[in-house]
Amino acid sequence: MYDVVVIGCGIVGAATAYELSKYQLKTAVLEKENDVADQTTKANSAIIHAGYDPEPGTLMAKLNVEGSRLAKELCQKLSVHYNQVGSFVIAFNDEEAKTVEEIYERGVKNGVPELRILSGEEALKMEPNLNPKVQCALYAPTAAIVNPWEFAIALAETAVRNGVELYLNNKVVGIEKTADGYLITTDKNVYETRYIINAAGVHCDEVHNLVAEPEFRSLPNQGQYYLLDKSQGKLVNKVIFQCPTKVGKGVLVAPTVHGNLIVGPNSHFVEGYEDVSTTADGLAEVLNASLKSVPGINFRENIRNFAGIRAYIDREDFLIAESKTAKNFINLAGIKSPGLSAAPAIAKMAVDILRDLGLSATEKEGFVDTREKINFKDLPQEEKAAVIAKDARYGRVICRCETITEGEIVACLHSPIPPKTIDGVKRRCNAGMGRCQGGFCGPRVQEIISRELHIPYSEIEMDKTGSYIITGETKVGGNL
Amino acid sequence: MYDLIVIGGGPAGLAAAYEGYTGGAKKVLILERDKELGGILNQCIHNGFGLHYFKEELTGPEYAQRFAEMVRSTDVEVKTDTMVLEITEDKKVHAINTVDGYMILEAKAIVLAMGCRERTRGAISIPGTRPAGIFTAGTAQRYVNMEGYMVGKRVVILGSGDIGLIMARRMTLEGAKVLACVELMPYSNGLNRNIVQCLNDYGIPLYLSHTITDIQGDRRVEKVIISKVDENRKPIPGSEIEFDCDTVLLSVGLIPENELSRGVGIQIDPRTNGPVVYENMETSIPGVFACGNVVHVHDLVDFVTAESKRAGGNAAKYILSEGIQEGKLIQLKNGDNVGYTVPQKIRTGNVDKFVEVFFRVRNVFQDVVIKVTSGGEALSTFKREHMAPGEMEKIVIPKALLDKAADEIVISVEKE
Repeated sequence: MYDVVVIGCGIVGAATAYELSKYQLKTAVLEKENDVADQTTKANSAIIHAGYDPEPGTLMAKLNVEGSRLAKELCQKLSVHYNQVGSFVIAFNDEEAKTVEEIYERGVKNGVPELRILSGEEALKMEPNLNPKVQCALYAPTAAIVNPWEFAIALAETAVRNGVELYLNNKVVGIEKTADGYLITTDKNVYETRYIINAAGVHCDEVHNLVAEPEFRSLPNQGQYYLLDKSQGKLVNKVIFQCPTKVGKGVLVAPTVHGNLIVGPNSHFVEGYEDVSTTADGLAEVLNASLKSVPGINFRENIRNFAGIRAYIDREDFLIAESKTAKNFINLAGIKSPGLSAAPAIAKMAVDILRDLGLSATEKEGFVDTREKINFKDLPQEEKAAVIAKDARYGRVICRCETITEGEIVACLHSPIPPKTIDGVKRRCNAGMGRCQGGFCGPRVQEIISRELHIPYSEIEMDKTGSYIITGETKVGGNL
Repeated sequence: MYDLIVIGGGPAGLAAAYEGYTGGAKKVLILERDKELGGILNQCIHNGFGLHYFKEELTGPEYAQRFAEMVRSTDVEVKTDTMVLEITEDKKVHAINTVDGYMILEAKAIVLAMGCRERTRGAISIPGTRPAGIFTAGTAQRYVNMEGYMVGKRVVILGSGDIGLIMARRMTLEGAKVLACVELMPYSNGLNRNIVQCLNDYGIPLYLSHTITDIQGDRRVEKVIISKVDENRKPIPGSEIEFDCDTVLLSVGLIPENELSRGVGIQIDPRTNGPVVYENMETSIPGVFACGNVVHVHDLVDFVTAESKRAGGNAAKYILSEGIQEGKLIQLKNGDNVGYTVPQKIRTGNVDKFVEVFFRVRNVFQDVVIKVTSGGEALSTFKREHMAPGEMEKIVIPKALLDKAADEIVISVEKE
């Protein structure tokens, strides 16, 4: 019998698992995919928002501001790429200038620190590649860029190191009420628990409705992106937003923590909960919108397109509460933007709700709250030399575009949540993230996974279960 | 202190190192990131290499081996499994490997021979899902020829460059069904012999003026949609053709790998994506030379060898400080229908008898004239019956003509 079972291990589930792992509780996390952070958490704008967007008084406003402060601390403690670069909301006419003032007022009410409005001239001085027609800009120095999947992986890993049990490849197919809690059935196993945290992202309504009366509905909303080569990564220093419209924050242009340029997203409601296909029209929409902010982006330097699903539900605010018809079943639903920023605060709120519902949570002794990770490329020269001297495998570069060494790949394969796929390795140490998109390193990463985890080479998949790479041997036969 | 450090041990690096050594550079070092010398030739197990240089038909590994053996017969030092992280303007090379750790190596001259990489799906923004089963042709070639594994059963190939054509045949010979080779342009960029021997001989249809407009499939490729394109290369609605397939191979161009060159501040030509080079293959940094696909993408390895020998020989000359006779500086400009030229700059004082100029045209032409003009005056013309973007063109400009030229020469291709 578990005290708490968390369903879903995206950023919200991972943050909640991390928070729960501080206490003397028996906690499990169930994830339907073969890795954590494998849906919306890996396909978004990768921004920790300052907190000026949400309406004052909403959960989104409160949790965004609090969450972004917590995220900064967590990223530092857990070795997550994070860079507080600040953000602009730019205006091109009087009407938009008025909107900028409104956002400023909202930000102040939400408690966002250090906000100010810059003249067009001041904005251009800080960001010379902006459209010179910019009239004014809201400047939020506390906005940051982050590696979102690394953030979730770090939180989940830390939870696991502190005793949380993670079960991958466990899709919840049924939930029954029992005398003192719930019996959860997955496609692999059954789990008994007193409390359930529903962090299933866009699937939150489906999971909820397995045991409770429908009370909200998911409205998957898709956004498409460009990720450009590092040659474009210095075009802007900050996250550049246009003025928000009714449909969202609009297309942003931002550097990534890896030094690339990210451009997107658009916003369209789609049928499929996991419809992450890009379209020619959608990409064109993103491209054209972004050029209004930064006219000099060279889209010939694009290295990848992707799309993500926003976990919208049929209400404006986050839904963070016990289900109306299922006792001790807590929904963390409708966590669209600023969900990544708010996640650490959402997790704390979830634990508070559990406590209010009677869960007695005593703090654990010896809680491990650090995470060491060697990012070879980021080390100064002397430390690079020292790392190789200690372990020669750091002297062998596997991913040439991103300078990722065998040492880093081996380390991640023996981490608390070892990846078994090429993209799992990519999400942990960046191999294959670069301009050749894994063309050179893919087969070598596959070889290392096979060797370290004793999985036959030909069985290693690219990403989710079923994404097989090899279809057979040649006439001569495979040699790995 | 090395006389010469060559970065890259593929065909370009091997030829440059050998020529540098025989040209008088005593302490020569090759740094190769892969486990063995030969570069991408090692996975090119088809024949057709060496017809120009060796006057015989070799496979890629055979061609590479000949040069590797030539290099091994000298005192040229080789470090494989070694990655160069950075080069500096004062010719220090920062490199790492598992044996020597972090090295800072000094050289009197450097030859850049890092080759190129393949353009990916992202570079052309093919819409759709992102399942497994989408490979660049070179990556697929590695899986099949080096590791011995097949990466698909029913294949659509985008791009009719040589690697795509070669892989169409290779996949077919290994039992896969290649459903189509799809080319955006109204002509193929591959060698004619490859169209015949790799597509026609196996009945693989070539769809010219078509492109992939959608990739479908959740975990693995399930379907590909291609569309005809108009003269502006925009897909024409209603022209869609569907293929049930599990694999897409992309042969959509190569990009010179110049991250090290850019890092040290070498001037890059946006037309080639390679360093701007002088007549002796020297880059904008004195004593740093470049050759092979890192300068511009070649069709035939034989031409890479020829260019790299010039780079290596001239690097040796530089080390032995025969010095560069500056003379007059001539800029080569591309005129009508010419995409780029290599070299981009000529110092006439450094030219012995003639300069070979390499370039590509932007379109397919019949019966045209290559015009070399300077200051509005025609210096020379060369007739050609056939020209195509897929075929690198070469003209030889004698020193006498260079002496007559102003500080700019324009090369253009015009109808007769």
